[in-house]
Amino acid sequence: MDFGFSEEQELLRGEARKLLDEACPLSELNALRETPEGHSPEVWKQLGELGWLGLIVPEAYGGAGLGWLDLIVLLEETGRSLFPGPLVSNSLAAATLADAGDDAQQRRWLPALADGSRIGSVALLDEREAFWPDAIGLRGQRDGDGWRLSGEKRFVTDPTAADLFVVAFRTGDAPEALSLGVVEAGAPGVSAKHFPTLDQTRRLGNLELLDVRVAADAVLGAPGEAWPAIERLLDRGATAVAAEMLGSAQAALDLTVQYAKDRVQFGSPIGRFQGVKHPLAEMHVQLESARSLVYYAGWALDESPNDVARAASRAKALMTEASSRIGTEAIQLHGTIAYTEEYPAQLYYKRSKFTRPLFGDADHHYDRLLRLRGL
Amino acid sequence: MDFNLTPEEEAFRREVRDFLAAELPPPKQRDAAFMPEWWKKIRAKRWIGFSWPEEVGGGGGTLMQQFILKDELARARAPLLGSDYTGLHWVGPAIIQFGTPAQKARYIPEILDGQSIWCTGYSEPDVGSDLAALQCRAVREGDSYLVNGQKIWTSLAHFAKSIFLMVRTDADAPKHDGISCLLVPMDTPGIEVQRVHNMGAGGYGDMLNQVFFNDVRVPAELRLGAEGQGWEIICSALQSERSGITEVNRHETSLEDLLDLAARSERNGRPALEDASVRRKLGSFETRIEAMRLNGMRALTRQLRGDLHPSEASINKLHNCDLLVEMSELALELQGSAASYYGSGEAVLDKGRWQLAALSWPATVIGGGTPNVQKNIIAERMLGLPKD
Repeated sequence: MDFGFSEEQELLRGEARKLLDEACPLSELNALRETPEGHSPEVWKQLGELGWLGLIVPEAYGGAGLGWLDLIVLLEETGRSLFPGPLVSNSLAAATLADAGDDAQQRRWLPALADGSRIGSVALLDEREAFWPDAIGLRGQRDGDGWRLSGEKRFVTDPTAADLFVVAFRTGDAPEALSLGVVEAGAPGVSAKHFPTLDQTRRLGNLELLDVRVAADAVLGAPGEAWPAIERLLDRGATAVAAEMLGSAQAALDLTVQYAKDRVQFGSPIGRFQGVKHPLAEMHVQLESARSLVYYAGWALDESPNDVARAASRAKALMTEASSRIGTEAIQLHGTIAYTEEYPAQLYYKRSKFTRPLFGDADHHYDRLLRLRGL
Repeated sequence: MDFNLTPEEEAFRREVRDFLAAELPPPKQRDAAFMPEWWKKIRAKRWIGFSWPEEVGGGGGTLMQQFILKDELARARAPLLGSDYTGLHWVGPAIIQFGTPAQKARYIPEILDGQSIWCTGYSEPDVGSDLAALQCRAVREGDSYLVNGQKIWTSLAHFAKSIFLMVRTDADAPKHDGISCLLVPMDTPGIEVQRVHNMGAGGYGDMLNQVFFNDVRVPAELRLGAEGQGWEIICSALQSERSGITEVNRHETSLEDLLDLAARSERNGRPALEDASVRRKLGSFETRIEAMRLNGMRALTRQLRGDLHPSEASINKLHNCDLLVEMSELALELQGSAASYYGSGEAVLDKGRWQLAALSWPATVIGGGTPNVQKNIIAERMLGLPKD
C-alpha cells in the first residue's frame, strides 16, 4: 500500500513548476490571449523537447512511455499556472490514437504529437451536449472503403491550434454504432474557428466539415465499434481536466489563505475570524478529498481498467464541486480586489467556469455513477 | 503509487476472511449467547487490542494488519471488537503510554478481557468545546485528592465501573497546565450519577449522564501521569491505524440500504430513482464515501512513512459527520409522511432504522469535538491561519 508519488514523479513536478513559473507566469496570460495561437509556441516547443508532450505515448512511437499518473503530475502543474497551451487536447488525441489506432496509424501520427511539431485535439460533441452514445449525431456517408463527413462538431478545445482532430461520427442507427477517424486541419473541406471565451486563457469553438473524406486508413479500429474507445476517451478527458482543475483550485485556495493571513481588518488578520476561517477549512477538506479521487483515477487508468469509469466520474464530480466553490469563494473572501483585471483571483474563477462542463459536470457524473450500478 | 497488498498482507487478509467465514454467523443469527463466545474467540486471536504492544497483552499488529483486520470485520458486519469501547479506544492507550507498571498490570488485562467498563469525565456544564477551561477541582491532601465538581454528557456513567476523570489540580497555572487525570472507581463514596435522556426516547444510544463529585477521596496512586500532565494525556494518541476504514465500510453498507430504500420509494408520484435531485444526492454520497476511503489510504501511507498524526484523519472526520447527517436526512425524505412513524411497529419502515439514524447521529457528530471545532483545527494546523 503506497498512496504517494515516486521520486521521479516528484522530480517531474518540481521541474514542471520551475519551468512554468519562469516561462509562463500569470503576468504573461493577458498578452498571450491576443496572439493567433493563444499560447506560446516557444514554450510548447520546450515542453516537446523535454518529452512532456508525449509522456503517455509509447516509446516505440517517439514518446516517453510513462503512465497517466505521470501526466496527472504535469497537468496539476499546468493547471496551477493556468497554462494556456493545448496540453489536455493534445494528450487526449495521442491517448486515443495509442488506444484505438493500429501500428501504421500510430507510426503516422504519434511521433509528431509527442515532439510538439503537430498538435492534436478531439471532436466529440455535435448537436447535443451529452455524454451518451446516442448524443453523437454526425453521420458518416460510405465512400468506397472510407467515409465522408459533413456537419459541425461543437465545443472542440483548441480548435484553431490543432493540426489534426480525432473525430467521433455515426456509422449506423444503433446508439453505439460509432466510429473514430482522424481529420487533418489542412484537408479539403475542413475549417476550424474559435469564439471569444469567458475564460480568455482557453480556446473553444467549432470544427466544420464539408464533405470531408476520412479514408479507411484514417479510421481508428473497426467502423461502428468505437463506443468503448470513446467511453475510455471520455474517462481520460474527465480525469485530465480534473487534474488541471486540482492545480488551479489549489492555487486559488493558496492565494486566498495567504490573503486571509495578510489582510488586517478590525485590528486582526481576517483569517482569525471564523466567518473566513471555516469556509477555508471546508474548501481544504473538499479539495484534499477531490485530490485523492483524481490521483486514484490516474492510477486506475494505468493499473485497474475495470475501476476507471467509476473512478473518473467520482473524480470529475467532486473536483467540479470543489473548483466551483473555491472559484467563487476566492472572490468573496478577498473583496473588491479579487475582481479587478490585474488580480489573479478572477482568472481562477473564470477557469472554474470553463472546466466545469468539459467531459461532464458534477450532475452528469453523479447520475452516471447510479447508471454504472444499473440504477 | 500502489494499492496492492504484499503476499504476506494478502495471507493475513485470507486468514481473517477464513476465520470470519467459519466463526461469524450472519447478523440475524447472532443471539444473546453469541457475543460472549465471540469475544472469547477473538481475544484468543489477540484481535482485541490488536494495535497494542504484545508485552501488555495486545496483538502487536502492524499498521497494515490493523487496516486489513478492520476492513474485513466491517465488510462482514462483525460486532465491535471487545465490550469496553472507551477502555479499548482511549483509556487503555493512555494507560499504556502514561501509566505506572502497577497501573498497567491492574487495568490493561481487564480491559482486554472485557471485565472493565470505562466512562470519560471530560465535559462540564460550563465547559464543552473549550475543554482546557475545565473546573472540576482536585485538592491534594496527603496521599489522596479530594475531588469536588460536576461532569456532564458522560456516556455510560450509569453502568461504568471506572471513570477517566480530568480535574483541575492547580487553579493558578495557565489553564492547559493545571489539569491532571485520575482513574476513579465509580463506587467511590461521594459520586452521584443522574441520567440525562436523549431525544432517541429510550432507544439505542441513550447513555448520557451527569456525574456529581462531593468530597470524593481518590488515592494519589490513581493519578495517571504527572500532576499537570492531563492536557498532554487528552491530546495524546497511541500510534494506531487511522484510516477510518471502519466508518467507510459502515457508510457503504448504509448507502446500499439507502439505494434499496430509494428503489422502493416514490417522489412526486414517480419512482424516486427517476428524480434528478435524489440521484444527485446518492451519487454524491457514493463519491464522498470513496473519497473517505482514499483519504484514509493516504493517511495510512503517511503513517507507514512515519507521520504519527496524518492530517487526512481530521478531514475524514468532517466527511463522516456530513454523511451521517445527510444520509439519514435523505432516508426520511424518501419516506414522505411515513417518516413520522417511530419505533418498531407495523407502520414504520425497515424496523425504524432510518428514524433511529436521524436521532442518533449527534452522539458521533458532537462527541469528540463538534464540526465547527474541527474546522478551527483544520484551518489553524493545516492552513496556518491565526488562532482565535
